[in-house]
Amino acid sequence: MKRLESAGRAVWDFVVGDDWQVAAGVILALGITALVAGAAVAAWWILPLGALLMLGLSVWRAARTRR
Amino acid sequence: MSGSEFGLALSVFLACMVEAVEALTIVLAVGSTRSWRSALTGVGVAVLVLGAVTAALGPALTALPIGVLRVVVGGLLLIFGLQWLRKAILRASGYKALHDEEAAFLEESAAARAAGQAGAGLDGYSFTISFKGVLLEGLEVVFIVLTFGANQHRVGLAAIAAAVAVILVVAAGLAVHAPLARVPENAMKFGVGVMLTSFGMFWGAEGAGAHWPGSDAALLVLVPVTLLSGLSMVGVLRRAASATEPQPGEEPMVAA
Repeated sequence: MKRLESAGRAVWDFVVGDDWQVAAGVILALGITALVAGAAVAAWWILPLGALLMLGLSVWRAARTRR
Repeated sequence: MSGSEFGLALSVFLACMVEAVEALTIVLAVGSTRSWRSALTGVGVAVLVLGAVTAALGPALTALPIGVLRVVVGGLLLIFGLQWLRKAILRASGYKALHDEEAAFLEESAAARAAGQAGAGLDGYSFTISFKGVLLEGLEVVFIVLTFGANQHRVGLAAIAAAVAVILVVAAGLAVHAPLARVPENAMKFGVGVMLTSFGMFWGAEGAGAHWPGSDAALLVLVPVTLLSGLSMVGVLRRAASATEPQPGEEPMVAA
């Protein structure tokens, strides 16, 4: 059980990394893109805008805690 | 070779080179301190495992329907790319310590000496540390090779780019017999982060049903926009750091 737990944690660390909110934001932005594209509205801008905003927020949060 | 294939090869090459430099430091430290034979056996077994993972997962990924593949792989690449870019931005702006290969080499060598004398046969310590080092650094490369390669159905091209990077790093390591401390690791990680993030956005949005203006040419805008955004963040953080620089007697900023 412990091995399974540590393997799960290793996969989580590998894929998600230091800031889970970035991963959650990417999934949310992908979902919004799918919904907007499904309504036949231009949706290409959602993911770049969301990703760069999340990156900015993430580095800003990290910088504040390391100061 | 198309523009996106060039992007694939370049990203894999740079990512693999950075990871290979880090793995080389570990192997050099353990091999020169304890046992070359055991360290190189660890490297060989790790390379076999990485090859088996690539051979097993590559065909499985390419068998997925293109829409599913693009949204899953695009999302994963984007998450992974944002991680690389985030760390590179924090390092470039002084909020995180730069990776120092010479310091890492000295630390690994000291740990290897502290683990006692190497035995006459296969030295378990050298084998395990080399195996783990190469496997862990290599898994990131395998992930990038598979995701990038599968999306363009060019796993072979990605694997060749990775192999060339490894050969160059090993040749340089053999030539200088020391950790490759002069490789601009953070700049390379920054570049890989930009490429993974840009391609992740492109494929993720396409997989989710969006249509890019200009089709593949949109990447020619996405890559520079991502690069400039990252560089701007470095600039803003550097200014913020210098504005809050500790006065004499104050605690300094921690760069962990």
